[in-house]
Amino acid sequence: MNSTLIIARLTFREAVRRRIVLTALILGVCFLVIYSIGIHLIIGQISQVAPPALNQGAQSEGLNFLLMAGLYTITFLSIAMAALISADTLAGEINSGTIQTVVTKPVRRSDVVLGKWLGFAGLLALYLLLMAGGVILSMGLQTKYFAPNLLRGIGLIYLESLVMMTVALMLSSRFSALATGGAVFGLYGLAFIGGWVEQFGSLMHSQTTIYVGIVSSLIFPCEAIWRRAAFEMQSPLSGVLGMSPFSAISVPSGLMIVYAVIYALVALALTFSIFSHRDL
Amino acid sequence: MTFAIETNQLRKVFGDNAAVKSLTLQVQPGEVFGFLGPNGAGKTTSIKMLLSLIAPTSGGASLLGAPLGDRTVRSRIGFLPEHFRFHDWLSAEEFLALHGRLYGMSDQGLRQRINELLEMVGLAPFRNKQLRTFSKGMLQRIGLAQALLNNPDLVFLDEPTSGLDPVGRRLVRDIIHDLRRKGTCVFLNSHLLSEIEVTCDRVAFIKHGEVIQVVELKTLEDVKASVTIRAKGMSSETIAGLSQWGQDVRVDDEHISMAIANEMALPDITRYLVAQGADVFAVTPQRLSLEELFIQIVGTDGSL
Repeated sequence: MNSTLIIARLTFREAVRRRIVLTALILGVCFLVIYSIGIHLIIGQISQVAPPALNQGAQSEGLNFLLMAGLYTITFLSIAMAALISADTLAGEINSGTIQTVVTKPVRRSDVVLGKWLGFAGLLALYLLLMAGGVILSMGLQTKYFAPNLLRGIGLIYLESLVMMTVALMLSSRFSALATGGAVFGLYGLAFIGGWVEQFGSLMHSQTTIYVGIVSSLIFPCEAIWRRAAFEMQSPLSGVLGMSPFSAISVPSGLMIVYAVIYALVALALTFSIFSHRDL
Repeated sequence: MTFAIETNQLRKVFGDNAAVKSLTLQVQPGEVFGFLGPNGAGKTTSIKMLLSLIAPTSGGASLLGAPLGDRTVRSRIGFLPEHFRFHDWLSAEEFLALHGRLYGMSDQGLRQRINELLEMVGLAPFRNKQLRTFSKGMLQRIGLAQALLNNPDLVFLDEPTSGLDPVGRRLVRDIIHDLRRKGTCVFLNSHLLSEIEVTCDRVAFIKHGEVIQVVELKTLEDVKASVTIRAKGMSSETIAGLSQWGQDVRVDDEHISMAIANEMALPDITRYLVAQGADVFAVTPQRLSLEELFIQIVGTDGSL
């Protein structure tokens, strides 16, 4: 078997054995149960309060808001998951010396990195499939509402978690797990506040303010990908009406998504290089 | 001829500190080579350089004829690190299977090899137990099995008996003897002089990352030895006559001790004493122990 696949399988198996998957599964199901109950109760309230002939558009507007709230939470959980599982992996194995018997086998160090990356990418895909799939299905089965461009939106959320995971992996090839965790969440915070600055800038038609946001997205493109995902999935009307916490006014362009992909690839290449050259 | 290990002025500097100053040595294929030195002499750093875990600052080396860092030659090399930790959530069998696959071994051959090795290190009853439940001694044994999975031509053992009880040490010694019989070259880094003494063909003494002396242990008995003789009825002329075979003749009642050039002198000494009419009860050669040699070569300040 190819050594990259051996490491990928090992990474995946480790997450299962160490109960990371089980914990995520149990809490994920709890999340979905609460979300579904919430949707159920809210729909009941709306049908009592609102006049029966509430127009179709306004109703789907409300449902879109609820769906986006669910997906936004899941996005945050996915990137937290991405950072947590990958921050300790290289740092921890270098620190404990576990890595020594692995890299002295006839394998490339970059194979070890790529294997871990693939293992984590698989885990994140499963997690996102469960969580986002659960939220979308829960909404769809109860209300028959499906937001537009769901597949593209979920794909973008997946890309966001991959960017986070790759950056954490890169930092973990050089720094300790704690430093890595601190750094990636710090970067995320920076991009998050930058994103809001950009939203306000857009409302106030202030080009300079928008630039601040764009620069922060260039430093760490995670939040920008979410805004693009939200834009893809939001109902046509909310884009016109204005701002909600889960929708986007200043929409990152397709170019920003291309940038994010390149950003992740460069981070992965840097991980190869750092890990291949460092003393273990 | 191709050496199993050949290094040429290998050097590693961490900041201002030269952990290994200039390591030059040659290890023959099939020999058991001891690497001996005080704490901080650069032993582990040297091994790590040879295994490409750390990059040398300067100098060069080759393993089994291939330059450092050659990936394909690693399938013929085994390694048991010092202070190792493994993926402790794996069972003994899964652990060996993982490392066997990393060596590129086929599943079929691997299964058989794992059974052999678990049997050899006495862990067959624990094959399905997770490594986290293992004692330090058991981990050392499974680590050793890991280093031998690929039937290597060259094995690096960094302190293989640390954490082992006497039975475990005996086991390691037997395994090393077995490896030598099969023609495997063993590079043994150990603090335990007695262990090096009984297992190694040659030993390099290193200090501050330099080889101070390489000694052939088989010939240790030919170099400097001493002898203790218990005999009665010796005249002072008889005793004086002993000095033709050695120096430092000391007499304490019926015990005589003296330094001799080599053991070949013993039969002559015995014949001489008998011919002089002495009653000889014992002639006991005292080999210079590796410990004495170590202190002589490396000095007592070595660990500072």
